[in-house]
Amino acid sequence: MEIPLELKYTKDHEWVRVDNGVAVVGITEFAQGELGDIVFIEIETGGETLEKDEVFGTIEAVKTVSDMFMPVSGEIAEVNSKLEDTPDIVNKDPYGEGWMIKINMSDPGQVDALLTADQYRELVES
Amino acid sequence: MKKTPFSDIHSRLGARMQPFAGYNMPVEYSGINDEHRTVREKAGVFDVSHMGEFRVSGPGSQDFLQYVTSNDVNRLRDGMIQYTCLPNGKGGIVDDLLVYRFSHEEYMLVVNAANIEKDWNWLAGHARGRGLVVGRDLYDASDETALLAVQGPAAMKTMAKLTGEPLSEMKFYTFRVLEIAGIKNAIFSVTGYTGSGGCEIYIANEDGPALWDAVFDAGKEFGIKPAGLGARDTLRLEMGFCLYGNDIDETTSPIEAGLGWITRFSEGNDFIDRELLFHQKTEGVKRKLVAFIMQERGIPRKDYEIVDDTGNIIGRVTSGTMSPMMGKGIGMGYVKPEYAGEGSAINILIRNRPVKAEVVQPPIYREQKQQ
Repeated sequence: MEIPLELKYTKDHEWVRVDNGVAVVGITEFAQGELGDIVFIEIETGGETLEKDEVFGTIEAVKTVSDMFMPVSGEIAEVNSKLEDTPDIVNKDPYGEGWMIKINMSDPGQVDALLTADQYRELVES
Repeated sequence: MKKTPFSDIHSRLGARMQPFAGYNMPVEYSGINDEHRTVREKAGVFDVSHMGEFRVSGPGSQDFLQYVTSNDVNRLRDGMIQYTCLPNGKGGIVDDLLVYRFSHEEYMLVVNAANIEKDWNWLAGHARGRGLVVGRDLYDASDETALLAVQGPAAMKTMAKLTGEPLSEMKFYTFRVLEIAGIKNAIFSVTGYTGSGGCEIYIANEDGPALWDAVFDAGKEFGIKPAGLGARDTLRLEMGFCLYGNDIDETTSPIEAGLGWITRFSEGNDFIDRELLFHQKTEGVKRKLVAFIMQERGIPRKDYEIVDDTGNIIGRVTSGTMSPMMGKGIGMGYVKPEYAGEGSAINILIRNRPVKAEVVQPPIYREQKQQ
């Protein structure tokens, strides 16, 4: 299973990549595999400032509905516009084209508290 | 956890398995959407061995079945199949099922896996009361029977390669006992739960794996694939077929559920709840099961509320999904009768927001006719 070393992770199976102070967020390879075909993604929090652990959107597979949580606090600066018409890109490329949101972090220090790739691997393989 | 004769095959194919009705069943193999399209366009094979099979035989069987089922068993001839339900004596439904007539003294009932024990107890009670010997005249063959559903436009072509019998002459909702793929006494049934045509084949457990292999060899040229319970659900929902436990249950009447066509008040058909259901049919019901298509983005889900344009609750969703063929949210649910007409505008409350939907006449998905 692909768990890129350079990313940080949450126990909710999201990943975070920090680019020039902006946190890019998506769901992991493991998460998309567990969900199966992703058919609907709703993120209507663009421009809002949310706290860590607040719900920023919803992801629906054929059989399930799941909330997605803020891995860190901040303003949602951008939502991936491709998700509305082609949610299956999350299945195909969860760490690339299938990213969810970009966050202007209010407390960049929160990233340090997230799981490392090794810790996340331990979580999903245990 | 019970296994079907195909469990090892599912594991080998890497299916995602999930407990269902006490069985470890395959939910998906290549992905629900892919399996769904395969059934609509080619052929898919479902292991539905978890379904229950009861045998009813003897001189009292026809009267017994006439009494416990809502449809008119007298309309059946040998080799015919009838969709029907078991009214529960309180206006609800014990289960929906198929009745196969081998002769006027020999029948097979095919019931939902999750209801096998409940149905058995219900039927056994009524059988005893009518003088049938439980265990002989009413017999539970569920644990010894395997069932494969081969569904899709290429399903019958696939099966025709495995037998000398003229399958193409068989009509919908008929069956024959025949030899197929070298397996004698297979019950070959032109039925299904997908709306894409095909058949269901009942065989002894020990013949299961051989039939599976033969079907996949024969279907290879048509692009046949295994399909799981996930696709089975999206396929039936596109057709607007009821699923017991979602759209019908002990609290819903067949009249409310739009199953009036299997509730027959013919002369001499004295069945459980006849009077109560006849009253509902003539006087009307307080809610009706409808099928609907979302007119805006959103997927309806079981138990979401249905509201009118001013936000008043008018019903509740019983099944919902994203239609793989239409790319739109589709569903079924109970609404007040005044909202049940075709074209009626309703709203599904999705995460506290009303999302527009329109009531449609099933099937929800209609294949585009070739011009």
